[in-house]
Amino acid sequence: MVNWTPDEKHYITSLWAKVNVEECGGEALARLLIVYPWTQRFFSAFGNLSSPTAIMGNPKVRAHGKKVLTSFGDAVKNLDNIKATYAKLSELHCNKLHVDPENFRLLGDILLIVLATRFAKEFTPACQAAWQKLASVVAHALAHQYH
Amino acid sequence: MIKWSLEGGGLWDSLSLTSLPGRMFCVYPSTKTYFPHFDLHHDSEQIRHHGKKVVGALGDAVRHLDNLSATLSELSNLHAYNLRVDPVNFKLLSHCFQVVLGVHLGREYTPQVHVAYDKFLAAVSAVLAEKYR
Repeated sequence: MVNWTPDEKHYITSLWAKVNVEECGGEALARLLIVYPWTQRFFSAFGNLSSPTAIMGNPKVRAHGKKVLTSFGDAVKNLDNIKATYAKLSELHCNKLHVDPENFRLLGDILLIVLATRFAKEFTPACQAAWQKLASVVAHALAHQYH
Repeated sequence: MIKWSLEGGGLWDSLSLTSLPGRMFCVYPSTKTYFPHFDLHHDSEQIRHHGKKVVGALGDAVRHLDNLSATLSELSNLHAYNLRVDPVNFKLLSHCFQVVLGVHLGREYTPQVHVAYDKFLAAVSAVLAEKYR
């Protein structure tokens, strides 16, 4: 069970309330595919990923990014029970999707950078630390059922 | 030969990045173990001074992208034989650097600039660790 201080919970929930899930999610996934192009290996069915412009404008990327970040929101709503929240998704990523858990860490870091660009001064070191912890806990939970 | 897309280059001089080590110490407390001799209170003079040094070295690196090994040779020696910072920490600092860039540049920190800096910081990290063994 993860120990969250009241400050950490505040940084997480108050920022999350202002996040545009569709835009941030789409942008985070697009950046993952652009900054770490090898991650495109999981998305061969997504059509044109041939350039940053193509990736940013790809509707499948946007839709999937929204889906992923919406799911991330489940962690925010269940801070005291993240491992159980992601048990099924963890099995899915291992058994069906065959995703290396390193990718969860990469996407988590990218999400934080997207938040930094959108929230600027509000994304103080203490705020970043809380979000870094959340991203790390989510990544860990998603990897937990791997075998 | 590494191909460089240098969209980020012109933005460099306008940034105030001395807050970088302080942010890293806050987000990744284990990095403080390399600075037992520092006053690690938030925003100490020592931290800001060190931030200036690090940013200065990165600025040098930006101006000599095609010659990183030679440009950073002294620093590479320092890290290998003297400081012996575990290379995992270069990733932590690089990530915080990118967060600071995001905070300062907002929308201007486009995906294209982002990938250029990620690549640059990875290359610098590799040079700093290249004499480790």
